[in-house]
Amino acid sequence: MKNNRRSFIKLAGLAAAGLCVAPKATLASGGGHSPVKAGPKAEHAKRWAMVIDTRKVHTEEDIKVLQHACHSVHNVPDIPTKQNIKWLWSAPYEECFPEQQNPHLDDDVKGRSYMLLCNHCENPPCVRVCPTKATFKRPDGIVVMDYHRCIGCRYCMAACPYGSRSFNFGEPRDYLDLTKLNTDFPTRMRGVVEKCNFCVERLAKGLQPACVEASDGAIVFGDLADKDSEVRKVLRENFTIRRKPTAGTEPSVYYII
Amino acid sequence: MLERALKGSPRYWAWIGFLLVIICAGALVWINQLTVGLKITGMSRDVSWGFYIAQFTYLVGLAASGVMIVLPYYFHHYKPNKHMVIFGEFMAIAACIMCMLFIVVDLGQPQRMLNVMFHPTPNSILFWDMTVLIGYLSLNLLCGWVCLEHDRIRLPHPKWIKPFIIISIVWAFSIHTVTAFLYQGLPGRHYWLTAILAARFLASAFCSGPAILLLVLKVTEKVTTFRMPKRAVATLTKIIAYAMAVNMFFFLLEVFTSFYSNLPGHMHPLVYLFSGVHGHHELVAWMWTFIAFAVISLAMLIPPKLRDNQKLLPWALVILVIATWIDKGLGLLIGGFNPTPFDTITPYWPSGKELMVSAMVYAIGALIVTVLFKIATDVKQELGNSQALPCGCSSEDDDCDCGTAEEAEAEEAPAADAAEATA
Repeated sequence: MKNNRRSFIKLAGLAAAGLCVAPKATLASGGGHSPVKAGPKAEHAKRWAMVIDTRKVHTEEDIKVLQHACHSVHNVPDIPTKQNIKWLWSAPYEECFPEQQNPHLDDDVKGRSYMLLCNHCENPPCVRVCPTKATFKRPDGIVVMDYHRCIGCRYCMAACPYGSRSFNFGEPRDYLDLTKLNTDFPTRMRGVVEKCNFCVERLAKGLQPACVEASDGAIVFGDLADKDSEVRKVLRENFTIRRKPTAGTEPSVYYII
Repeated sequence: MLERALKGSPRYWAWIGFLLVIICAGALVWINQLTVGLKITGMSRDVSWGFYIAQFTYLVGLAASGVMIVLPYYFHHYKPNKHMVIFGEFMAIAACIMCMLFIVVDLGQPQRMLNVMFHPTPNSILFWDMTVLIGYLSLNLLCGWVCLEHDRIRLPHPKWIKPFIIISIVWAFSIHTVTAFLYQGLPGRHYWLTAILAARFLASAFCSGPAILLLVLKVTEKVTTFRMPKRAVATLTKIIAYAMAVNMFFFLLEVFTSFYSNLPGHMHPLVYLFSGVHGHHELVAWMWTFIAFAVISLAMLIPPKLRDNQKLLPWALVILVIATWIDKGLGLLIGGFNPTPFDTITPYWPSGKELMVSAMVYAIGALIVTVLFKIATDVKQELGNSQALPCGCSSEDDDCDCGTAEEAEAEEAPAADAAEATA
């Protein structure tokens, strides 16, 4: 009798534990889900890619315009310290392509500023290291963040070979003009990592990324898997390079030199 | 057994009180960090990990180091270590807890930290690091507590604990390997991107960890009746000397590979650390201190005459700990992030608040060590194991050839003075 009761309690306990764990285990085995829902006019692609014509956008002023377009639509704060946040910014040749240095570059290429942003790699190290799947790669190749799942461990920042990620060390809203917020896109909270999202929220509405729209044709955006797409055409006709090819990440951002 | 931690001398309570003051002061700063974010630290967009993660890395070494006492005893039946084992295990418990706390204080959103368990991600090394640290903490709690409890009630250790002890010995190597994997698998960080990093981590752990343990045990000898067997000390010191030599050998392998290959990515971090680039020389003095101290500690530990000199030993160990700490607790992190992915330099130095929070974690660790060592030494005293004899030997020394008690006391006096000066 005593034994029966004991085994019953044991069984009941096990069953209760299983019931508690099962839904979590099912959830855990699933990947992260994109918070952006595609609309009826949404743009679709197998692998989104960007080609930047550095012959056309090559001054700091050019890139400032693109940065403003990007940062205002995504509510990116302008923090004047080295704990700053950048989705899109400019850098000279030697900072953009430190592994492809050449002491006698022509003055034109050497003098240009280059636009930097997340490369949306085919093999993103940031996704590989994230311990919570807060950063993940969508089926269309875009690497995005779930700001509500991120624990702020910054492992992705150590892993990114391109320095594309920023961390909200403090409260980002302190550095935003709250009267000029884009209310269609969330601001972030402190303690999470963020970066360029290839404007997934705009693609879902059938719009081109903000920087592409502001670039006046100097940046081409499209499906790399479609051989008739404009990006493929531009890539066929021009010499392009990518940042740090030796890292094996296969960036989706190409630069026409 | 915990009640033994509640009965202590005024000196014991003063020490506990001192630690609690530091913990409270650090906790206030930590609350400030929780309210305003990690902007109170010296970290930046380019150097996104700093002092916290560096201390975590260093302390994983301390956690793993207890195995250098446990392994000879269980795998080689090295008897002199018998009454030292518990201290290795208890030190590992404190070190594991400090490691976890350093991760927690480094998180931007600590209240979400359980996401690592709710959304387990086996491709992330951080997930595995959490797993091995929790595992190692549990194993040491289990083995340490069960063995001490059985000692206390004068029973032999139960047979079922043996497999757990063997697992914990193997596990010790895994915690530092996985911690090295955190770093060495990142494609853009050349200073970390080296297959020897895990081996170097283990080598530096097995010298710095036992060194810290020996120093703490030397203090323990001053404040309790516990006395380490001479042979156990001599063996541990030998292990420290070998491990430090291997550690520096691995470092030289790094230097050779970087400079003979002439690969810029591999050379730049070392050049930045040891001679400075782009007008930045922040760490040059530190890194050469590391080299100088490493050489001095080896010079004091390799010749048997100097190594077995118990008056010199604490100094050699302190110098060794400083050297390895600069290497692993400072240079490793800053050299990994500099040069940045843009081949530029962003200097980093911990802020005062960052150091206060770190002091809190270290004080919590010291508190745990104090309480656990108090319990362990109380039990040893009750059983008369490994106790100080009037001649200065340990009751476990079977080759004690000391003369009469008076002579030994006369000899003991200067040694005590030297040790007090160290403390």
